[in-house]
Amino acid sequence: MGIRTVRRITQGFFLLLFLWFCAASNLGEQWWQLRGWPINWFLQLDPLVGLGTLLSTHTLYSGLLWGLATVALTIILGRFFCGWLCPFGCIHQMVGVLGKRKIKIRDRIKLNRYRRSQGIKYWILVFLLSAAAGDLLTFVINTPTRRTTVFWFLVICALLFVGFKAAQKEDVQPRKAMIIVLGIALLWALLCRFADIQVLLPVTLQTGLLDPIPLLYRSVNLVILPPLDSAGFHLNPSERIYDGVWTVGLVFMTAILLNLFVPRFYCRFICPLGALFGVLDRFSIWRVQKKDMEACKDCRLCEQNCEGACQPSTQIRISECVLCLNCLDDCPHGLMGYGTRPSVTGEFLSPDVSRREFTVALIAGVISVPMIRLNGHIGPNWNPDLIRPPGALREEDFLTRCIKCGQCMRVCPTNVIQPAGLSSGIEGIWTPVLNFRVGTSGCQFNCIACGNVCPTAAIRPLSLDERLGVNDFSENGPIRIGTAFVDRNRCLPWAMDRPCIVCQENCPVSPKAITTQIQFSVIHKDNVLTAKGVDALEIQLLNGGFIPERYATGDYYLRMDGQNDESALQPIISNTEDTLAVSVSEKSVGVLSKDTAIDIVIRLQKPVVDPERCIGCGVCQHECPVKGKRAIRVSAENETRNRDHRLLL
Amino acid sequence: MLHLIKIQNSDSVGRREFLTRCTKAGLSLTTACALAYWFYDPMAPSGRQKVDVLPGLPDYSVPEMGNRMAIVRGTDRAKTIRLALEAIGGLERYIRPRDRVLLKVNAAFASPPMLCATSHPDLVTEIARLCLKVGASSVIVADNPINDPASCFALSGIEKAAREAGAKVVLPRRDSFRYFTLEGGLLIREWPLLYAPLQSVDKVIGMAPLKDHHRSGASMTLKNWYGLLGGRRNIFHQDIHNIIKELSMLLKATFVVLDGTATMMRNGPTGGSLSDLKETGTMIVSTDPVAADAYGASLLERTLDELPFIKKAEAEGVGMSDYASLNPKILTTD
Repeated sequence: MGIRTVRRITQGFFLLLFLWFCAASNLGEQWWQLRGWPINWFLQLDPLVGLGTLLSTHTLYSGLLWGLATVALTIILGRFFCGWLCPFGCIHQMVGVLGKRKIKIRDRIKLNRYRRSQGIKYWILVFLLSAAAGDLLTFVINTPTRRTTVFWFLVICALLFVGFKAAQKEDVQPRKAMIIVLGIALLWALLCRFADIQVLLPVTLQTGLLDPIPLLYRSVNLVILPPLDSAGFHLNPSERIYDGVWTVGLVFMTAILLNLFVPRFYCRFICPLGALFGVLDRFSIWRVQKKDMEACKDCRLCEQNCEGACQPSTQIRISECVLCLNCLDDCPHGLMGYGTRPSVTGEFLSPDVSRREFTVALIAGVISVPMIRLNGHIGPNWNPDLIRPPGALREEDFLTRCIKCGQCMRVCPTNVIQPAGLSSGIEGIWTPVLNFRVGTSGCQFNCIACGNVCPTAAIRPLSLDERLGVNDFSENGPIRIGTAFVDRNRCLPWAMDRPCIVCQENCPVSPKAITTQIQFSVIHKDNVLTAKGVDALEIQLLNGGFIPERYATGDYYLRMDGQNDESALQPIISNTEDTLAVSVSEKSVGVLSKDTAIDIVIRLQKPVVDPERCIGCGVCQHECPVKGKRAIRVSAENETRNRDHRLLL
Repeated sequence: MLHLIKIQNSDSVGRREFLTRCTKAGLSLTTACALAYWFYDPMAPSGRQKVDVLPGLPDYSVPEMGNRMAIVRGTDRAKTIRLALEAIGGLERYIRPRDRVLLKVNAAFASPPMLCATSHPDLVTEIARLCLKVGASSVIVADNPINDPASCFALSGIEKAAREAGAKVVLPRRDSFRYFTLEGGLLIREWPLLYAPLQSVDKVIGMAPLKDHHRSGASMTLKNWYGLLGGRRNIFHQDIHNIIKELSMLLKATFVVLDGTATMMRNGPTGGSLSDLKETGTMIVSTDPVAADAYGASLLERTLDELPFIKKAEAEGVGMSDYASLNPKILTTD
């Protein structure tokens, strides 16, 4: 069995494993569904998730330690992840094979030539990481004020270095160079003396936008699986809807289809994870190599299926090589190998990125974050419609962790977790937000799935006790994600004298966070009814015109002229067009007589939210029968995750 | 940054190359492992917001002067305040040479001085001038207004008044606040406090105009400390009398000045019309803010029962609502 076959089997295995993990993240009774399977394993193996969160949070959270294994193997073997493990890479490669059909070998070789624009993925990597590196930069920039000794040491080192250079070369003017060094040091010191760098450089983690593993999880979870659920495969028993998910689909589809033009387009030009590996594998011990120069006829057949476009025929670009090892099989002379010696035609070890390109990407990344934050959406301009899942960290911390992988959206049993559009600014795109219009229920009271699946603890793993605020957590109270507000202009009992209180019924909190006020409203206000005759308990009316049985629902009462006492109200048990029957009551018989003015009143239970009890789960909003714009709606007021959003004392 | 490895063929060179690669890979690996080990965090963040809480506020009072109060009738603020300060023993007994003084004015609204919704500029000028005259090294004027701070100080005339007297207005900035927990407080807990001006002074004079306040009944010297709170302080309106009680416990001022030259009788605390004002021609200076407010209530024609915060502050030992027991000096400038 050739190495190519082994690779294909491996790739296929990992792709299937990946797809299973995606399919497994559902509630269900099957062995292959959620049973503690490591469904985040690919995300954890992805060192860009680890590195990104390491920069943005100064921690490497739990399972992300797996990334170290990938890094270690990459340092030793090269970009094995891209060629052997990455499920997204596998898909690209498969589609790429379709794209290569009926293309002549000569043209294939041309397709697989190295392009200068393969450097773009490194720009993307630098841009994304520098947007996450605000705290690191703050740490460095604050050196003069926080670590003065280190600062002076650096200044002295720089002066010595300049002096040394000047001594070596005649064209360096020592005085001018010294002045420049001291000038920079002075500006640096002044900068951190007078500016609060921490405030100047906020942090956002955006690697998930293009990091292939979160991208693929997101695409499969939100774009591929939902139609399958609906189409009869029923991986998830209910139909899944994801608001605005076409944007995810567009990115995914574009990435896939571009393979028909250029094989592994995404891997070669876009993939920031590949770029990270490209940086890491410069010291790899084993590399692809051309073993003999003299035997080589320079046919370049080794490049006909080269996935990484790393030009193995000439001076090989190690940072681009994805270890597909196709060249080993494709060389008719058996000249290509994978070993510890350098290629006979030479190697490029470092990515093809100029210092200027690197700097531009870095500066752009650093500057873009404070620019985005000018929105104020983290501060006073926070969006009350942005309801995050229970356990989500405070927004500014949340945005340092969320990689937009969509795992919470898939695992959420009720489908209430949705990918955000721009509701948390451009940086919050595809992060989880609750939409109570969608799904089978609101955010379920006894569910903690999202936080426990979240690979980065952007939604921290709550225990049920903590979510409900019981036992050890009884002092803190339950986790609130918002507060429900009754819109009295839309609510059936409040605005339209119709009985309802579906919201109160469904409120899962005990005692309920929605209580009711009982009020009686007069129906037929402008049309006073007058009794024509009273026959036992049936009242004949002069002016009826009722719809038969309209008032026989148990909610309607008869009120005699001038009696405001609630106990004098008589429940109507049936009606015809012009008669009303009331239930047995001695009082009514006693008082009623001909020509009595009669009111029909309705007993209404009007819902009122107790903000101290409401946890914002949105079950009420989901169930509200006013289905367009709901008559009870949750906004992020009083959410636990941000004390500045508290509503009550 | 291209690195071109020279083509090497001999075995010894190959071996050397292998060792070099191993060394470099080993070093990178060690670095990666060290970083991962160093930053590894098996636990998720707790979700609690950690804040640095101030240990406490200094005592700005002058205990040896005891409790003193002066009530001076008159319409010229400069004259009445001078007389009142003399009556409580003279400003020089409160402000020592080289003291740095904070005038905590009420600059809550961006409205002109004639509406008396804010501390009157004449009073600011006179007190600042007197403080500097008795040797204060600096006088700063501060508040955390409700309307835009810079506009408030400009339109209320306080900024100009301060500048003319040689004092300086300190506007609240993002970094002027520190979290504070009031000992024995239930409301002021880990709450942002306008600390920067308090931090840099030795004496604090609370200056409040006498105003109606629709929620609490009256805005006087105790309510004036609301202007030291930051954050979303208006949620405290859900429990207004207890927050004023806690504000009364927040700090011990050197003394307070309650300006009842014109009293805003209704439509407070913003007012907005001269018809809301009543000429009550009274300047109150007191080392006991509870007594000052209790007297102010009478000018506002309110009973103490209508202003529960006064009794609440008294119950906390902040001062005496029975101002007569302080034997206030009642004087007139006319």
